[in-house]
Amino acid sequence: MKILVVLKMAPDVVEELDIAPSGTALDPRGQRMVVSESDEHALEEALILKERHGGKVTVLALDAPDVDEVLFAALAKGADRAIKIKGAAKGLATSVAADTLAQVIGSELGLTPADLILCGVQAVDDLDGLIAPLIACQLGLPFLGIVTGLWVDAPGSRAFAIKEYPGGVRGEFEVAIPAVFGIQAAERPPRYIPVAKVRAAMKSHAIECIPAPLPVNAVTPLIQVLAMRKATLAPRAEILEGSPDGVSARVCEILAGRDLI
Amino acid sequence: MTGNIWVLAEQWRGRISEITYEGLALGRELADQSGARLEAVLVGHNVRALADTLGRADSVLCLDHPLLAEPVASVYVDVLAPLLAERKLAAFLIPLTNVSLGIGSWLAGQLRVPAVNFCKDARFVDGRLQARCVLYGGKIEAEVAVCGEPAILGIWPGARPPEKGRSAQPPAIEQVTVFPDQTPSVRFRRYVEPARGDTDLRQQEILVGVGRGIRNKENMALAENLAGVLGGVVCGSRSVVDQGWLPLSRRVGKSGLTVKPKLYFALGISGAPEHVQGMRKSGCVIAVNTDPQAPIFDVAHYGIVGDVIELLPALTRAIRARKPPADDA
Ligand SMILES: Cc1cc2nc3c(=O)[nH]c(=O)nc-3n(C[C@H](O)[C@H](O)[C@H](O)COP(=O)(O)OP(=O)(O)OC[C@H]3O[C@@H](n4cnc5c(N)ncnc54)[C@H](O)[C@@H]3O)c2cc1C
Repeated sequence: MKILVVLKMAPDVVEELDIAPSGTALDPRGQRMVVSESDEHALEEALILKERHGGKVTVLALDAPDVDEVLFAALAKGADRAIKIKGAAKGLATSVAADTLAQVIGSELGLTPADLILCGVQAVDDLDGLIAPLIACQLGLPFLGIVTGLWVDAPGSRAFAIKEYPGGVRGEFEVAIPAVFGIQAAERPPRYIPVAKVRAAMKSHAIECIPAPLPVNAVTPLIQVLAMRKATLAPRAEILEGSPDGVSARVCEILAGRDLI
Repeated sequence: MTGNIWVLAEQWRGRISEITYEGLALGRELADQSGARLEAVLVGHNVRALADTLGRADSVLCLDHPLLAEPVASVYVDVLAPLLAERKLAAFLIPLTNVSLGIGSWLAGQLRVPAVNFCKDARFVDGRLQARCVLYGGKIEAEVAVCGEPAILGIWPGARPPEKGRSAQPPAIEQVTVFPDQTPSVRFRRYVEPARGDTDLRQQEILVGVGRGIRNKENMALAENLAGVLGGVVCGSRSVVDQGWLPLSRRVGKSGLTVKPKLYFALGISGAPEHVQGMRKSGCVIAVNTDPQAPIFDVAHYGIVGDVIELLPALTRAIRARKPPADDA
């Protein structure tokens, strides 16, 4: 079975985020980029499927700061091939990224036909669309999102997937493959890979670099960011300050005042 | 006058989702502002009766077919895309929920029209549609203008109070004949209900919510201790449940439960919109986070900027000391 995993880098939101002087984008200086959380789950799900059904996992990413480390980590975890697309348009547009990725998937030798294309369900910066349905639409493939479990029929003609609904309800779907899935969470937490193994992969494996194809949909941008600002400059919460014992005493007073203790 | 405003009237398992009314409230404002009509688009099977609750719209387009019984993005897109291409529309508001996620992106991709996700507000400025969006896990807000029509706006829960989108007046209904693909490549098979037996979080008055900031499974005991002295129950964010530190039945948020306790502790929870969605109506929220910019501080009533691992033993001790011994479970 052939599985493609799309990995997208996004700013680490646990770090402080600053606005660029333009006022319309994040300041890339000092910003830590990490692989989007649900993409990590997409990779894990692909590796689980490979263990279960056999096959080959290829990871695919657009060039971005620190992406090499992420691709080598994927190889160290068990991916068979890593491809980096260089020179693609930068910025916030997920639609442009999806266009580029779909073109590469459709044209790069050895990538199609793939049985499964796994993407993360949503990234923190997916302002103008989600990558999985956009890729599916462009490649004319079926799509299912918010997936937390996936298995494939023996003949390989269809997949079964679990999708999450509100309130802990899940839905089971049958999907004709090849298909694109937006993975929310893998069946198991993403495996941990020690740095030493990533370093070893850097020596034993190579990342294939390919140039980004010219965009087929080279149109003027469909949305324009007019301004960006920090959302929590003036938080609503009353901030309690002091030592752990000091703030604990204050919390007790608040709870007592509300008859909660 | 621009084109009409559409709102996808999300229905799931025979009920209209609350976010539909929030979307209708926002849609009503947009329609009034531009002098256009507001139309609700109801897709499903045997859903005609649900349309009567959508009177905030001028009319309801009802797309009813057995193959539309379950909200499958590709099947919905199949019937919505031709309709969208045929009618003059300024904007289509689609809830960004676990039920409808993916429909908007696919429509925008297929029709090559602008899409804006994570919208919590929208308005026309000089005749041009602008949206306010929440990005980067709730840390950044962006003001975005769309260039072209129709624009697909992915709406976050909480954009407007749902009461503003309700009306007792039944709307005009237009039945739209649709021909979905008879052999869809994505087929719904069955629902898997959540396991029963665990505590029902929705019945709890005190919840101790734990996020990734708790760092590891062993530290969960610190939260359990706090819940113990308070007579509450531990719940968590998606990250904690995905790590296997809490069962699925304890997840709060978009794909988990919506809770409304008197007291909600948010310990090492960033406050991503998907989590906040499930706890924002709590009576009193106390958040502990090392990051002073964590979006949870915008939802919380009280905040402590600090290490939860350091604070929890002190807090549990202080509460235990104040409680009469008999209450100390
Ligand atoms: C379709 C969809 C549905 C989703 N449904 C849900 C849902 O139902 N529920 C849900 O919760 N999420 C849901 N999510 C995920 C959501 O987007 C966030 O990823 C998730 O809520 C983050 O969990 P977290 O706050 O625990 O982790 P993080 O966002 O990683 O935050 C951890 C926080 O802990 C703080 N921290 C770190 N160390 C410490 C310390 N020692 N002391 C104090 N603070 C510390 C950090 O500053 C950070 O703010 C969904 C996402 C999608 C795409």
